[in-house]
Amino acid sequence: MNSSRRGLSFYLLGAFFALFVLFLYGPTATILILSFQGPEGGLTFPMNGVSLHWFRNLFEQQAVGDFGGSFRRSIALGLMVMVLTVLFSVLAGFAFRRRFRGSGPIFYLAVASLIVPSILVSLGIGLFFNILGLEPSWYSSALGAHLTWTLPFGLLIVFAIFNRFNPAYEEAARDLGATPWQTVRHVVLPILLPSLIGVGLFGFTLSYDEFARTLMTAGSFNTLPLEIYGMTTNVTTPVLYALGSLTTVFSFTVIGLFFLGLIALRRHRLRRTGA
Amino acid sequence: MTLTAETSRPSATAAAGRARRVRLLPRVAPYLQAAPLTVTLLLFLLVPILTIVAVSFWDYDSVRIYPDFVLTNYTELLTSPVTWKTYLNTLKYAALTWAITLGIGFTVAYFLAFHVRSTTWQMVLFLVCTIPFWTSNIIRMISWIPFLGRNGLLNSGLISAGIIDQPLEFLLFSDFSVVLAFVHLYALFMVVPIFNSMMRIDRALIEAARDGGASAAQTLWNVILPLTKPGIAIGSIFVVTLVMGDFITVRLMSGGQSASIGLMIANEISLLQYPAAAANAVVLLAVVLIMVVAMLRVVDIRKEL
Repeated sequence: MNSSRRGLSFYLLGAFFALFVLFLYGPTATILILSFQGPEGGLTFPMNGVSLHWFRNLFEQQAVGDFGGSFRRSIALGLMVMVLTVLFSVLAGFAFRRRFRGSGPIFYLAVASLIVPSILVSLGIGLFFNILGLEPSWYSSALGAHLTWTLPFGLLIVFAIFNRFNPAYEEAARDLGATPWQTVRHVVLPILLPSLIGVGLFGFTLSYDEFARTLMTAGSFNTLPLEIYGMTTNVTTPVLYALGSLTTVFSFTVIGLFFLGLIALRRHRLRRTGA
Repeated sequence: MTLTAETSRPSATAAAGRARRVRLLPRVAPYLQAAPLTVTLLLFLLVPILTIVAVSFWDYDSVRIYPDFVLTNYTELLTSPVTWKTYLNTLKYAALTWAITLGIGFTVAYFLAFHVRSTTWQMVLFLVCTIPFWTSNIIRMISWIPFLGRNGLLNSGLISAGIIDQPLEFLLFSDFSVVLAFVHLYALFMVVPIFNSMMRIDRALIEAARDGGASAAQTLWNVILPLTKPGIAIGSIFVVTLVMGDFITVRLMSGGQSASIGLMIANEISLLQYPAAAANAVVLLAVVLIMVVAMLRVVDIRKEL
């Protein structure tokens, strides 16, 4: 392993890895290409000319249901889930740094949230709202349903962050006379910030793409994944691929912005410390 | 004299109050901090599950559901041969997906952790593996259609290469495409925890194994594999529970020709047979929990948390 020449196993494993990456990205690349089908083209190759026809088609109201509205709702829901996930899981992370009565059951509740099949969450919340006589909607029941998926991830990430967190920084702040709030505000949170942006990215993208938990909880207005799912059953033109390409590009943009943000943050800090 | 006593008393009680608050706060603080997460999970996870359990004993007709205490939902479910066949089919999907993702996940994680030497490259390649996790599952499923279809890339490629002369029918809308999509969607859940476990292995142990004369295969089998078990267990729990509860992948990728428990529940929901769906969901939850407990019996994952 440390020998300077790489053995045969390295190249075999490397080839396997390359195939795995091709397997991960290949199909998505195919629909990206096919969404530029000509107006006469079908759902499979060959390409029948190249055009933006299907993207234009997407923005015509009659072609698909309510693409614009569902897109806006998904973004709004994703942002709400993002903010709440970061806030709730960081707060809970602080709580878990100390041993308190009930910490065990709360932890198991969070883990159970990852294990319980999505369809149970969807069905349960749907029934619960139904019995209470409440109208399910994307900003209430679906928000709660999404949080059952994002909060455990957020909590586990915050645990991992605090495990690596050096308490000496806090002690130094306290020795210098900082109040507990000042310590959190000026020492702990700035150190955690990059990871918290990561928790936010998790929250947003998991919510933006969530389907199973939204199925019975979204009420009368669809989110984007529900809209796409509806299209798979009744749309047989490449307009489906155009929508798929757009939302995938959007996801990649969000992930890209996240990494750009991290890099900018690091640069900013390096400049400030004069390093 | 009395004046000073009177003025000093309020300040003394205030100080005592402040001291009490200072002593009280650290004890109350964890509860306040954990409250938002706990309340959310109680309200949107525990209460809904209890609702499902309650409704599974209710009665229903074609119009509405009635509060009641009947066992018919369970007896009908458990005596129907369709249920057992569907469970068998779902378990088959889970077993196949588990075995394949474990093979892929272990190999990919092993390559990243032990064969890629620079940490920068390790992180870059790891991210390349994880980014699809942040995109839409439904789109990732749909994207197999132009690849596997009757006139898809694979069939036309094989035909023009002269390997086959009829398009292969089993590629799309079959068990093959269902398992393929599961592997595509969930391999990541295996790669990440196994990679995490492997990165924690003390490299000195591997040096020691080599110095002791172990071959690479022996090191892999006797040192790396045992130390990776917690990661394998976490990945397995994710993959198995995700496949057991799935309905959308099976519906889209089998073209409605195969069944899974999740799909059965989803169909009952769409027919508004909520009590039947609830009973089915309770049994599914029990089965999933038994599988998770069994996996935790085999491997202790507490070290990883």
